[in-house]
Amino acid sequence: MSLVRIDGMSVRLGGNTVLHHVDFSIDPGEIVTVVGPNGSGKSTLLRAIIGAIRPEAGRVTRSPNLRIGYVPQKLHIDPTLPLTVRRFLDLPRRVDAATARQTLEEAGAGALASRQMTDLSGGQFQRVLLARALLNAPELLILDEATQGLDQPGSAAFYQRIADLRDRLGCAVLMVSHELHVVMAASDRVICLNGHVCCEGAPEHVASAPEYRALFGTGTGGALALYRHEHTHSHDHGAPE
Amino acid sequence: MSLLDSFVIRALLAGLGVALAAAPLGCFVVWRRMAYFSDATAHAAILGVALALALSVNVFLGVLAVAGIMALAVSTLTSRGHAMDTLLGVAAHSALAAGLVAVSLISGVRIDPMAYLFGDILSVGRGDLALIWGGAAVILALLAWRWQALLTATVNPDLAYASGIDPRREQMVLTLALALVVAVAIKVVGALLIGAMLIIPAAAARAVGDTPERMAALAAGIGALSVFGGLQASLSYDTPTGPSIVSAAAVLFALTAIAARLLRR
Repeated sequence: MSLVRIDGMSVRLGGNTVLHHVDFSIDPGEIVTVVGPNGSGKSTLLRAIIGAIRPEAGRVTRSPNLRIGYVPQKLHIDPTLPLTVRRFLDLPRRVDAATARQTLEEAGAGALASRQMTDLSGGQFQRVLLARALLNAPELLILDEATQGLDQPGSAAFYQRIADLRDRLGCAVLMVSHELHVVMAASDRVICLNGHVCCEGAPEHVASAPEYRALFGTGTGGALALYRHEHTHSHDHGAPE
Repeated sequence: MSLLDSFVIRALLAGLGVALAAAPLGCFVVWRRMAYFSDATAHAAILGVALALALSVNVFLGVLAVAGIMALAVSTLTSRGHAMDTLLGVAAHSALAAGLVAVSLISGVRIDPMAYLFGDILSVGRGDLALIWGGAAVILALLAWRWQALLTATVNPDLAYASGIDPRREQMVLTLALALVVAVAIKVVGALLIGAMLIIPAAAARAVGDTPERMAALAAGIGALSVFGGLQASLSYDTPTGPSIVSAAAVLFALTAIAARLLRR
């Protein structure tokens, strides 16, 4: 049974139809990546899945008591709110000290427990957000542009960690990213979104689909192959977006 | 003769009750940037006083009802998210002005609007004390019950949704608690200074607290100290008590701000 199933969903935000008749589902243990240009409704799709947005038409079905670990695109913590990393992990459910320590270490944030959230660097902040999302054994991990603010090796390492986590915890992963080459290589399935689902399928299939190439050009197809160390492509260095 | 027979003791207990309830709520007002929101709710209280007198119902209930309606209205408007700063300013000042006009129109009742604008803590009776501590207990229980969910929704509404918490419901909890604190505090510091009792102790505590809980506890301590100091000063120098309490809180704010800066160096 799918963890989340969306049938014919349309979403309007501020008078604009952002998503138009979207069908979507994700199964346990699957890694699905959503790609698409800016304003294509990627974040909106994720926010509809967590229940933050009510669709205008269609329906979102979550499996009962689905445990979601969510890493938002941006998280601004008001400077008036004192919040240590350790305390942040306790939201909304308190976790014991051993679990907190272990989760932080797994996310590469072991030394940060007593730091204030507002004092963290971009990369540290992302690792703490990921650590929190991994608490309470999520069945579905949702990452919205989780590698913003990380450099190229940093984000490659981040996605490697995600793939390892999936293998170990068996959770499904749904992520949005601009970094097509890195993300797509680690995905089971890719959904190309531009207000509606343009095309979807295995990464190689989507990368060669005409709808995808119309949106992103052929440069990213080369980058995907580069990441996978395949040498069957031509080195086309055209603008990727 | 019991201790409560002394008007000074009654005033002190009333002030402490308000300080205790306002502290954690004030922290949320600061964290969520709701200062104008709390002002609008507090200023509506004057309208509540006028209506209660006109209809001959209990002033506490009148204030609670009107402040509650105002808080709900403003909360609904805020969630739509259009130029709220201006709209809240309009609501806050209109409610205050309309309330003062309404009080003056009520025939046959001679009340001093000053008592409701700046509080009249020295005239607190046993019944008032029961209301203040009862209201404070309800507010504290409500916040303790919803604490984790409120905090999650305050950090980020989407994080709350993903954890199965509805941030709109948590906003409603704060809205109702705010109306209740206004009804409880109007006798003590008055409609104009309720916002100060919410914000100043919380802002002072921010300089030294390192977790939300410690900040709330420190705010309660700073609020209590302000009540104590302000009441003392008011009795010694014959100054109005409500404004003296707020002034004491402002002094404590300045001291903690300076202390925090010195400690950081």
